[in-house]
Amino acid sequence: MHLERADNHTWRKIKSALASTIAFVSAILVISPLGLVFFHLLVNGAGSVNWDFLTKLPAPVGAVGGGMANAIVGSLELLAFAGVIGIPIGVLGGVYLAEYGSARINSVLRFLADVLNGVPSITWGVVVYGLVVLRFKGFSAYAGGLALGLIMIPLILRTTEEVVLLVPNGYREAALALGVSRWKTIVHIVMKTASRGIITGILLALARVGGETAPLLFTAFGNRFWNHSLSQPIAALPLQVFTYAISPYDDWHRQAWAGALVLVTGIFCVNVLVRILTRGHAASVV
Amino acid sequence: MENLVMATPERSVVEAVERMTEAPSTAEPIPACTFQVKNLSIWYGEKRAIDDVTLDIASNAVTAIIGPSGCGKSTFIRALNRMHELVPKTRVEGTVFLNGEDLYSSTVDPAIVRRRVGMVFQKSNPFPTMSIGENVVIGLRLNGVRDRKFLNERLEKSLRMAALWDEVKEDLHKPGTSLSGGQQQRLCIARALAVEPEVLLMDEPCSALDPIATAKIEELIYELKAKYTIVTVTHNMQQAGRVSDYTAFFYLGRLIEFGPTTKIFTNPTERQTEDYITGRFG
Amino acid sequence: MYRSGLPLLIKVLSFMAIAASIAVEERSVQVRMASPSRFGDKAFEWLTLAMALAVVVLVILIGWQLWIGSSVAIKKFGFHFLVTSTWDPVAEQFGALPFIYGTLVSSLIALLIAVPLSIATAAYLTELAPLWIRQPLVSLIEMLAAIPSVILGLWGIFVMIPWLRDYPFPFLKRLFGWTPFFSGPIYGPSMLAGGIIIAIMILPIITSVSREILRSVPNLQREAAYALGATRWEATRIAVFSYAKKGLFGAVILGLGRALGETMAVTMVIGNTPQIAASLLKPGYTLASVIANEFTEATTDMYLQALFEIGLVLFGITILVNLLAQLLLRTITTTSATRAVQ
Repeated sequence: MHLERADNHTWRKIKSALASTIAFVSAILVISPLGLVFFHLLVNGAGSVNWDFLTKLPAPVGAVGGGMANAIVGSLELLAFAGVIGIPIGVLGGVYLAEYGSARINSVLRFLADVLNGVPSITWGVVVYGLVVLRFKGFSAYAGGLALGLIMIPLILRTTEEVVLLVPNGYREAALALGVSRWKTIVHIVMKTASRGIITGILLALARVGGETAPLLFTAFGNRFWNHSLSQPIAALPLQVFTYAISPYDDWHRQAWAGALVLVTGIFCVNVLVRILTRGHAASVV
Repeated sequence: MENLVMATPERSVVEAVERMTEAPSTAEPIPACTFQVKNLSIWYGEKRAIDDVTLDIASNAVTAIIGPSGCGKSTFIRALNRMHELVPKTRVEGTVFLNGEDLYSSTVDPAIVRRRVGMVFQKSNPFPTMSIGENVVIGLRLNGVRDRKFLNERLEKSLRMAALWDEVKEDLHKPGTSLSGGQQQRLCIARALAVEPEVLLMDEPCSALDPIATAKIEELIYELKAKYTIVTVTHNMQQAGRVSDYTAFFYLGRLIEFGPTTKIFTNPTERQTEDYITGRFG
Repeated sequence: MYRSGLPLLIKVLSFMAIAASIAVEERSVQVRMASPSRFGDKAFEWLTLAMALAVVVLVILIGWQLWIGSSVAIKKFGFHFLVTSTWDPVAEQFGALPFIYGTLVSSLIALLIAVPLSIATAAYLTELAPLWIRQPLVSLIEMLAAIPSVILGLWGIFVMIPWLRDYPFPFLKRLFGWTPFFSGPIYGPSMLAGGIIIAIMILPIITSVSREILRSVPNLQREAAYALGATRWEATRIAVFSYAKKGLFGAVILGLGRALGETMAVTMVIGNTPQIAASLLKPGYTLASVIANEFTEATTDMYLQALFEIGLVLFGITILVNLLAQLLLRTITTTSATRAVQ
């Protein structure tokens, strides 16, 4: 009897240890793709990232060499245009939710923003194709930037709302008690106090859309040359990686790896920057 | 004694209010008054936080509002600069006159009221993104004053009035939050004084401070009344006795007794006031 | 007269100025301040409201544009679009069934792989792991979430598929080749490869949402279980999981929503063949992939219409799935859940 109970206890302990081991192995499996992708990016891409790659246009089909300078610049242009659309709308919309909206309106808006965050990015490409490309008869940097900008709106809106709500009420009251108008209080006191968190949200949104390919396939479309007008198709780094990756040429595959390495490096730099910005502010993003 | 009071609080309150409305409870009339509050009632939704309060607040004097927590002290002083309006679903009845002007008149902008009636809060709240200097002049800057020379003048003057100048004059560029608790509270006082209000409302300004810092603020209050009308909320009876000229005792949203501090503390008319002051309840 | 008048005027004026300055002195500070404008307040509130309403406009815009873009196709094919499997742009015959099938099957495979791993990892992060390891692990998972889809696809083409083709696929075929699911020749790009790559894409989101949900389980639950002498695993299983069941289900559904719409990585490894085959080793095609591949090639209006309708179907499915996820997750503190989602 006594022995049996001890056995039972040992068995339960073994089971617990087993569960812990399984959970540990799962965690390793979950992060292993990160390590593998990084490893292969470095092995296959590092050799091809050189000065030419960063400064030259793509070589003609069949010719060896060339680079992705136009795609790197194109991505930055697209992000700038996306930011012009996504940042003001997202930030001010988030401020409305945090500062003005009634509980009922807010729950609806919040819900819709979450729904938008779940819309597949390819869908945004289709929609902007219908809205811009069909209407103005051509792929353009405008269309690509718009698609990325629209994706940014709900992302930035939600993070802004969250960090503005974290600003203690005492600061609002202190400013209002000085006879400062409500909107100046919000802009100069509340948003300034939350600026670190707002910027974090913006950076994360930029990093996220900077790696998007699907919304650009039939909006920005890609371009093997420099883009001279925003109403013309424009190259983008992720787009170029995709084009090269599914091509049959070995040299393009090498370039795809190099482009991917540059892209990932850029995105991780932003993520590290965010981590530095929020260091010691883990509890409150403010 | 205690049982008696607790058993019939409502009746005694009603009696007290009746007595007050019949005749002013102060023996001598208050000289010049900054605020005249008449039949003020405030509701938060269904809850009545202030119930038919009438009182005058003397100019260039310190009026202390005392009473147990939840008695409406904070609500009352927030009604004096319309800060109570920030809480949604607030409803007000009655009038408050500031030097003869109706504060609640529809033509009066609350922002103007708040410039004339400054406020210092329980928890010191210098703006975390700003330096000491910026904190002091932010009210002026955000209210459209651009003249640098003038701002610098006000900066020094306000910090001097708040007895903080000598301690921070070398560190004006440092963040406001780098100061000690007591200094932060004096910085908030300087910030409120910078816009040159006529009145300074203080909502338990010392409750988060140590005794030495508290003493400094009390001294400051004493000096400031030469120039400003001061209304301060406190739950510290000794403090009310030390700094104030007039004291108002609130209980359950009603004004139970109001008069010169010496009288309230030595010879209160109301039983409840006496019980509260002697620490028998609250 | 005139001569003596001027100095007098100056005197009078200067006297007035002095008098005025004395009056101003009293309230010199208040006078310098700009009068507050109610217009500014109203304007700012309306401006921010207009921006916030962008989310309403966008949801309507997406639905409207997809509907307009596919209205002719909807009229022509009707319900048959969803249940027929001919995809012949030349004959202008369009049926979306293979894509719907491919989307559902690849997402299902992804869930089968990702859900146990994610939830086990979430449990490890909140219940079992030593404290020092938790934050670094969370950071790594966030970094995995930041890898763009196209880069995972690139890795999929050149690393994962060759490996799958050489080792696990032959092994699976040897073991389960007698079932229809692993029969037929081994191509490499396949439904199973698509499912695996989607699984990698949705691991981070299911893990971090599950983690937030497990963290929101009150400590009292755990303590009660420990007080009864439960081991760590028993406490997790009995107290934590049973309490968090609904939220974890929400996390899984949210992951499903992402899986259904995943585009680039899948397109690069699934083989892009519109067929309904039982074997997971055969290539497939998804709704998102067919849009990505064929949109710019759509030469006829009807072809484009059909692709817009595919977009509409995809939008409809993901909206429904996301609605379900939101409802399930609504009970959990909104902020923590959204932080995890983003």
